Order: sequence, then structure tokens, then C-alpha cells
Amino acid sequence: MTGYDEMRGDGPVVRDLYAGVGAWLDAMPPALLSRRRAEAEFIFRRTGITFAVYEEGGDPDRLIPFDIIPRLIDAREWDFLHRGLAQRVRALNAFLADAYGSRDFLRAGRIPEHLVTRNPEFVPYMNGFAVPGGCYTHVAGIDVVRTARDEFHVLEDNCRVPSGVAYMLEDREVMMRLFPELFGAYRVRPVSHYPEELLRTLQSVAPRNCDGDPVVVLLSPGQFNSAYYEHSFLADEMGIELVEGADLLVRDGLVCMRTTRGLRRVDVVYRRIDDAYLDPLAFRPDSALGVPGLMAAYRAGNVTIANAPGAGIADDKAVYCHVPEMIRFFLGEEPTLQNVPTWQCSLEDERAYVLEHLADLVVKSVHGSGGYGMLVGPHATRAEREEFAARIRATPGRYIAQPTLALSTCPTFVGDTVVPRHVDLRPYVLCGRSSDPASIDVRMVAGGLTRVALPAGSLVVNSSQGGGTKDTWVVDGPAGEEG
Amino acid sequence: MLLSRTADNLFWMARYIERAESTARLLDVGRRMASVVTEPDAAASEWASTIDAAGCEATFASAHDIHTAGNVIDHLVRDVRNPSSIFASLAVVRQNARVVRTALSQDVWDAVNGMWIESQAWRDDDFTVAGLPRILDWVKERSQRFGGAVANTMLRSEAYWWVRLGTFLERAENSARIVDVKYHVLIPRPPGEAGPLDEYQWGAVLRAVSAYRAYHWVYRDRLDPVRVAELMILRPEMPRSLVSCIAQVTYYLERIASDGSHAPDGGASPVRADLAPERGEVSRRPLAISRAIEDGLRTATIERIYGEGLHEFLTRFIGTMNSIGHEIRREYLLGE
Repeated sequence: MTGYDEMRGDGPVVRDLYAGVGAWLDAMPPALLSRRRAEAEFIFRRTGITFAVYEEGGDPDRLIPFDIIPRLIDAREWDFLHRGLAQRVRALNAFLADAYGSRDFLRAGRIPEHLVTRNPEFVPYMNGFAVPGGCYTHVAGIDVVRTARDEFHVLEDNCRVPSGVAYMLEDREVMMRLFPELFGAYRVRPVSHYPEELLRTLQSVAPRNCDGDPVVVLLSPGQFNSAYYEHSFLADEMGIELVEGADLLVRDGLVCMRTTRGLRRVDVVYRRIDDAYLDPLAFRPDSALGVPGLMAAYRAGNVTIANAPGAGIADDKAVYCHVPEMIRFFLGEEPTLQNVPTWQCSLEDERAYVLEHLADLVVKSVHGSGGYGMLVGPHATRAEREEFAARIRATPGRYIAQPTLALSTCPTFVGDTVVPRHVDLRPYVLCGRSSDPASIDVRMVAGGLTRVALPAGSLVVNSSQGGGTKDTWVVDGPAGEEG
Repeated sequence: MLLSRTADNLFWMARYIERAESTARLLDVGRRMASVVTEPDAAASEWASTIDAAGCEATFASAHDIHTAGNVIDHLVRDVRNPSSIFASLAVVRQNARVVRTALSQDVWDAVNGMWIESQAWRDDDFTVAGLPRILDWVKERSQRFGGAVANTMLRSEAYWWVRLGTFLERAENSARIVDVKYHVLIPRPPGEAGPLDEYQWGAVLRAVSAYRAYHWVYRDRLDPVRVAELMILRPEMPRSLVSCIAQVTYYLERIASDGSHAPDGGASPVRADLAPERGEVSRRPLAISRAIEDGLRTATIERIYGEGLHEFLTRFIGTMNSIGHEIRREYLLGE
């Protein structure tokens, strides 16, 4: 399946936007590209930018492949994405506030109630609690795919603890270091201020009773987590403490960290652990990762947890189907960014269609992430399809299906040749407290993380499934196709 | 201000690399001693005293019957079931360093990580009497590289003080242990009564702390057991002497206790007064102990120490180092 070629558009000629990259590639012998790629890998390894994969059972020093050809987005495209992403994330936050509040959206029949209240990510503890600043998704990773020159679709929303932003930042560092001449040929919008924006966002949601500068910490499950590098990187860049559960305790209703100068109050916890591990008193009593009493301190307004517990209901792929309706309901606007058409296997008609067309569809688990447990129909064997069909019949509510999208491609250096490979884009959208209490403040740095499926024809970009990353350049200036 | 856990990791990373080096130095004394005695029993007794000095009698007894060179080398160098063995220590070092990696400079991390990677390359025939000197040299060399990287590249802030505190507290204790291996030969002898074997034993103690030449620079005379003890305990110009080590411990405890006025944040983000525990007398306990010991050593004479008994003095000193460790933990590392 060939998708929209982001370098050549629909024709044989290189788009103006990519002219600089095309000339650079033409002038670059493959041997030199190989050498640069090896240098990039050396830098990543030396810096320790690694990503362990859960199911591989333990290479903690595995690298995510990095492709040295940048992915370009022009200013007009980005403005459109920016508008659509901000709109979507506002709607998602409004939906979450509603789901844990007055439930107008449910009562208006815009979403089946069980998708919310019976959702495994639903946290009853959050019912009736107004989160600081109205922010649930302080960091949202919205996965976007492109199918044609002017067609972008949202593939999924990640409102729990989206990861990968460290790659966005490090990819840029490496590109600027290895290819200053190419970088200089474009006016690329910066991304390096992301940690500052994130810190500002987190500080903005500090509890009302916080006196002085808010103390923000990053709560990590520890060094054996696959994203530990990112945790330490972000903490370092923001100049905040990287803590684990045992470093925190609740004393007199306040969350404190243990330091060499005694206990010190913590105002905002940027947590990179799942809800279930936050607080053994509120969730899993067997968890050693969390902080006993954290949730009570949160509800008492003495600490802010980001992202808010329970935000994960918005990640559900069955809830996803209702996001366009959220935009209409809460914002009174039409969605800028479209969903991918989705069949819900829980509905009899749609299920029948899915079972009949399995060979053409992508089937996903509604609660899945990381590319685990999905079926790419056109690439699956007959036996795999039959096995999936049985699963769908057994628990239809767990699955949705989507058409196999012709994801756009970007030139990618594989082996020793430049070939087109499918890509997606994960921009990171930050939500903080707004001076207008009825609203939230949405900000993002230009671009995001481009993930690329390295095997020929593959559509699965997840790093846990062998995907790589590319630096993403949002480019200002005259190069846009419209001139 | 540091997270208590970070301080703890830095402190123990430094302690364990120092411990690995000290174990190497102890083995070096044992190796030299065992090589000059002729009867197998005497050699076994030299190796046994090495095990004792390392404080590994119990773990050794559970793993081996007799004190052969091979058993002792195995136990003190590579047996990871012995938490004080060199290789077990290096594993702890790397583990701690990994957790606090962002608090270390790249060079310090490279020193630790490189040492760990190289430690995997030793083969069975290296763990023999013949192979031992190469391993011991390697441990000492890598540990020095760590110390050099710390001294030359780490920012002078609380993280650095904790690394140094760990190094010197561990070194103080281990210098005492090294002297203690041979306390029974370091007894006063009238000149002329000492035989060549005695001189060799005293020399071995000095060589273990790289002080054989230093002795001659300081005393400009032939080896005398009491002076050997004096050099190792009381001479401030001797970098591994007890007084030098404890002076460093005091210095870094003072830094750490200095209310953050030297901290990178300039103490700008103070502890919330309502949360801080009472930090009166108790708060300076480790420092108070360290200062008292240092003052005592600065005014002590070697005769007074011999009056108490060398072994008794060293045992008491090692016990006090342990107390300082406990007080540091209670005061800073629990974070309350």
C-alpha cells in the first residue's frame, strides 16, 4: 500500500518544501550517510538514551533506531494541526471534567454510560472533585497520521502518561550537531524550550495554598522502567527532583520529600507511573511504588497530580469515537481534525461488517497501547485472522476496527539506500491553568515526535514493535507549496 | 539540599569503590606475607589473617573449609555471595551510580561503567596467586581513575561532598583494618633484635597503602614498627593515615551541615519551618563525633596509643567509624 509521499506529493517532482532536503540527499554519498548514522548512534548510546522493551525480557540498553533524514511540516500545515490539536485537547478536558462531575454529556445521550463508568480506567475516587485549574491532561500525546496532502486524522489520544518527548528533544540535538548545513538551510522552529513550557504548565496548577515558588517533582517507577531515561532527562532539564515513591510521604496532609535537610513540601507531582500504583491506600494495596495518602492529600487540595488520575478513560478507543461529538457538545465547534472512521465491534451491525472485512481492516483492543494486541488485516495470515475473529466474537466490546490507512511516507535511510517509509506524528499538548477560570491554557512546541515504521510496507510505528524516530521540522518561510 | 536517596546512593557508591580498593590492598599485604613464609601452615595463617582483617570470617566459613590461597582469593575477589568481595562491591557501585547518573559527571560515570565492563572480562586463571597482582593493580588503578574523575570534573556542590564523605569514611575504617592485620608484628623492638622477616612484614603494611617510600621520606631511617604505626595513624602528611582521613570526614560533614549556604541554590528554598524536625544538638552529631576523634588524634602520641594497646585502639576506632556511619544515616539519609 503506498501512501501520500511527503517529499514528492502526488507527482514525480520534489515539493518545494523538500527541495533543500532533496538537494542535500543528492549531494550526500550513501557511505557518508552511513557514517553519520553511526555517529548519531554513538551519541545516543553515550548519552544513554535507551528504551527497554517489556516483552523482550531485558535489554535495558536498547536504542530506538533514529533516522537521520528529517520530516518536514510547513507553517500552514502546522497552523492547521495546532488549531485542531488545541481544540481536541480542550474538548477532552471538558469531557473528563464532565465525566467526573455533572455528567451532562452522558445524560444527553452523547456517549453510552458504560463506556465511562464501567471503563477500567475510570477512577471513582475522582467523582465530584474539581481538579486544580480544570486540567486533567497536563500533557497529552495526540497521535496524528496523514493520508493525503490536506488530510490529517487523529489515530489515538494518549491522556495518561504519554512518553517519547525526550526523543523529540534529543533527535533535534543530534540533527543540529551532525547536519548544521542542512539545518541552516531552513528556518526551523525550535523545540528545546519544551521542558520550560512543561515546568511552567506544572507550576501553573500548584495548589491554592502553596506559598512561594511551587515545588514540582517527577515521580518515576525507577530505573527498571522502560522510560527511565526520559524521566531523568526531563527532571534534569526542568531542574526538579526525580523521585520514587519511597522518597515521598504524607505528613499532616501535606506531601513531602525526604531530603538531607529534612522534609520538604511538594506542591505538584508530575507522575510517570500509572494510576493503579499512585497510592496503595486508594488503589492497589500491594503496590510498593506509590505514596500512601497521596490521593487524600490531592483531594484535600494540598498537592496536584499531573496528569489527573482517571484521565485514562479518554484514551479508550471506544470513547475515541465520541471525541468529535465532545467538540460539538462542549465547544460548540466543528472538529478541525477528523477521526479515522471506526467500527465498534460492540454494535451488532458494525461487528458483522468487521468480521466480513477482516482482511482489509486494522483491529485494535480498546484499552491497548504500544501497538500490542492488534491485527493488521492485510498483513496477517489466515490463521491469525481467524484467531482474532474468535476473540472479537467472544468479547466484542473489547475491539474496534479501522480501515487500513495509507499512512504518508517520508524518505528514510534504510540499509544503504533512501526509501519511503510510513510515518505518524505525536505532538505533545500541554494544558495549564488559565487566568480565565472557565478555560484552560493550551500550549505546545512546534512539531512533535515523528515515528517511522522501518520494515518495508509496515504500518506499525510503535517503538515497542521496531519503529524508529525522526526529527520533525516545522519550517517557516518561503518554502511552502502555496508560495 | 539533595534527596536523601540520592545522597545515600552517592555515599555508598563512593564507599564501595573505596572498599574494593581496600580489599585489594589487604590482599596485597596477605600475598606478600604468604610469599615469604615457607611452611604451608604459616602461609595459611597469613591468608586467614587477611580474611579476618577484611571482616569476612563468617562468610568465608560458610563457603570454604581451609584458608588456601585459592579459597581466599576466590572469596575476597569474585565471590558475589560475599558482599565485601571486590566484584560484589563493584556491582553495588554500578547499581548506585546508575540510579544517580544525572548527579555524576560523564567522566565519573565512564570510570564506574568502564570498571564494571572490564570486570566481566577476567577469566578463571586470573583468580590465582600468579594472576592476583594483575587484578589488584587493575582495581587500584580503576579506583584511582574514579577518584581523579570525581576530583577533576564534579561540580563542588552537595553531591560532590557526599561522594567525598563516603570515600574518606570508608578509607579511615579500612586504613585502621590494614594496620590491624599486622598489629601483632608492629610491637616495639629494641634496634638490632628485629630480623629480616620482621622488616619485611612492616614493609608489607606500608606497601599496602603505597607508603613504603613515604616512610623513608618522613623518617629518613630504617623501618621501625612503632614509627610505621605512627605514620599510619598520626601523621597528617600521610594521605591514608587515620588523622588525614578523619580530617577529610570532618571537612565534608561541615560542608554538608552548612545550612545550604554553599548549596547550588544558595539556600534560597529553605525547608518549611513547620515541617523541619528539631535540628538542635542532634543535627550535628556525626560532625561532633568526627571533630572529637580528629582533635584526639591531632594531640595524641603514639606512646599513648601503645599504652592503650594498638589492637584495642584500632578496634575502638573502627567502632567509632561505624557510629559516624549510623549517625549520618539517622541524620541525613532517612530524610525526616
